[in-house]
Amino acid sequence: MSEFHELSHQYDDLVQQREAAQLGMWVFLVTEILFFGGLFMAYTLYRMEYPDVYAECSKLMDWRLGALNTAVLLTSSLTMVLAVVAAEQGRIKALIRWLFVTIGFGGVFLIVKAYEYHHKFVEHLIPGPNFTHELANRGPAQIFFSLYFAMTGLHAVHMIVGIGILSTIAWMASRGKFSPTYNNPVEISGLYWHFVDLVWIFLFPLLYLIGSR
Amino acid sequence: MESLAKKESYLGSDFDLKSWLLTFDHKRIGLLYLLAITFFFMIGGIGAMLIRLELLTPQPDVLSAELYNRAFTLHGVTMIFFFMIPSIPGVFGNFFIPMMIGARDVAFPRLNLTSFYLYFGGALFGIAALLLGGVDTGWTFYTPYSSTYSNSNVILMAVGIFIAGFSSILTGLNFIVTIHKMRAPGMTWFRLPLFVWAHYATSLIQVLGTPVIAVTLLLVALERLLHFGIFDPKLGGDPLLFQHLFWFYSHPAVYIMVLPGMGVISEVIACFSRKKIFGYSFIAASSFAIALLGFFVWGHHMFLTGQSVYAGVVFSFISFLVAIPSAVKVFNWTATLYKGKIYLRTPMLYALGFIGLFTIGGLTGVMLGTLGLDVHVHDTYFVVAHFHYVMVGGTIMAYMAAIHFWWPKMFGRMYSEFLGRLSALLVFVGFNLTFFPQFILGYLGMPRRYHVYPPEFQVLNVFSSAGASILAVGFILPFFYLLGSLVWGKKAGPNPWGATGLEWQNADSPPITENFEKTPHVTEDPYEYHGEDMPDE
Repeated sequence: MSEFHELSHQYDDLVQQREAAQLGMWVFLVTEILFFGGLFMAYTLYRMEYPDVYAECSKLMDWRLGALNTAVLLTSSLTMVLAVVAAEQGRIKALIRWLFVTIGFGGVFLIVKAYEYHHKFVEHLIPGPNFTHELANRGPAQIFFSLYFAMTGLHAVHMIVGIGILSTIAWMASRGKFSPTYNNPVEISGLYWHFVDLVWIFLFPLLYLIGSR
Repeated sequence: MESLAKKESYLGSDFDLKSWLLTFDHKRIGLLYLLAITFFFMIGGIGAMLIRLELLTPQPDVLSAELYNRAFTLHGVTMIFFFMIPSIPGVFGNFFIPMMIGARDVAFPRLNLTSFYLYFGGALFGIAALLLGGVDTGWTFYTPYSSTYSNSNVILMAVGIFIAGFSSILTGLNFIVTIHKMRAPGMTWFRLPLFVWAHYATSLIQVLGTPVIAVTLLLVALERLLHFGIFDPKLGGDPLLFQHLFWFYSHPAVYIMVLPGMGVISEVIACFSRKKIFGYSFIAASSFAIALLGFFVWGHHMFLTGQSVYAGVVFSFISFLVAIPSAVKVFNWTATLYKGKIYLRTPMLYALGFIGLFTIGGLTGVMLGTLGLDVHVHDTYFVVAHFHYVMVGGTIMAYMAAIHFWWPKMFGRMYSEFLGRLSALLVFVGFNLTFFPQFILGYLGMPRRYHVYPPEFQVLNVFSSAGASILAVGFILPFFYLLGSLVWGKKAGPNPWGATGLEWQNADSPPITENFEKTPHVTEDPYEYHGEDMPDE
């Protein structure tokens, strides 16, 4: 793959290539739903078993930071759409600009998340021997926080991967690889970004807001 | 080697190591899988041999209890995750799906190579876990033993399976997109070979099921590593949740293993009966019925775990339902044989073996899906015998049929038909001698996963171990004559079986890198056999 071709050798035309790329990403996102699905299953089971513990633990979350991150991610989805539109119209500079803005929002999200993790660490809310003794149901509370870290952690990993992908796309764009006829990579990266965004839309209320404030 | 006017075959175009290890050609990737899975089949086979050696006598002599646990875990994990799941899709799916639909390659060749290395990398983690002392949880990794108590390399093995799982997912994704978007002009959905239909159904399971076990094993690893407590009963966690999530993938995984094999059998039966396959659309649809129903039967692994009785009844009922599409396939294959002109060549012998053994495996599966009977034989050798009839009698027989059927196309050479038939016979006899006694042992109450047993079970265990030796010879023999055929074998020509599939219609074997000289236009249904004679050997 030394030289760059818009059309890979296995395809007959760009339409076929575009449709294949889109279908491929959608199938991948189905896989992702099931991947997170295992965790949502565990979340649901224990929420039915320990509703009070969930409510109590959820109150320990800072809903303002969660809401801030929700706003950040939703805005990043908007800027991602603007990047895709720019690519379709062949406005490469705008494409790169919107990609950087999107990456920036992703970065803000991760910084806020890291701050929250740090806070949980300070408050001894990490499952394990050092888990806080101030909660009544120490066992199930650890399960809640295990789920919290597993779900938001997996989501954060997806964010980091997404930032890596968008950086690559921005680099490709700067090397003039995209045109109004060829921009699938931008489009399917956008699909991925929106998916990761959507996962958070579920995580935020399920983890932060169920404490019946 | 070839005449200069012609294009070089995919084997002959480049010889250096890089052009093989970094190839995007689906055929070469298929051969990479062939080499890798053959290696892991051997490792898994060594595990099996250790088990059968230990069980020759009622006393512990070769292995301690602890080592025995590690031996059967090695056998199970390697055979399932590193051999059978990637076997037929990885080798023959990769090699032949693009050719069968008239494409130059899969939809995403680079992703295809990535899949291979994910598989291989994951399997290396498995090897590392083995070299560092192995794993003793069994291939099922039940919690809380695996998450809290086991002193073995569970994390390494879980990581290996996690990584290999993504290989499986991406292969399935690649096949789905390939089948949707890469078909040649005229290759309508109902002209697709049944091998392709079977792989489509398999790919759906891979895409939908595999991520669940990936995240489940991730949680087990996090529990060992970071004291997460999702399956920990000490914290109020539910170890049964693990079993539910595990079997949500691992029961459908049985169909990931056997559906591609069923696709192979459909190809072979039609070709060697010289007759159009009977009930094409029923066979195609039954693959999807199996894939769909397969997602709703996992609870039949948990009848004795305290799961709700009503759930048990539902799981039992749906398990019975799976027997229907499976039987549809068996009946259609049998009907294809009827009044066909049957050639008992090596692939056909393996395919006929598949039908018989899979039927026994399937019917004993119905027995095990019965709530009452399962209480009696749960966790006994009856279960072991049952799933080996499906996995070895089904998948591996189909794998052997496939390799003998397509070998001439892949390498352009014919193997010794005599040795081929001999191996098929040895495998069939050895297999039955190994596993049939285990049905009886299980029914009499011998539990699985113990290295000792009461002396009255010895006779049947000796039969079983003797059968395993015959089976081993039957598997080792093809290794030599197939390799030998590359040197001494007759040239196969483009289509030695006179088969109708598109993969046989290019100018020569082995095929050129682009598969076809020019994109084929498909004008007829698959399996247009009309009782023609098979070309002479």
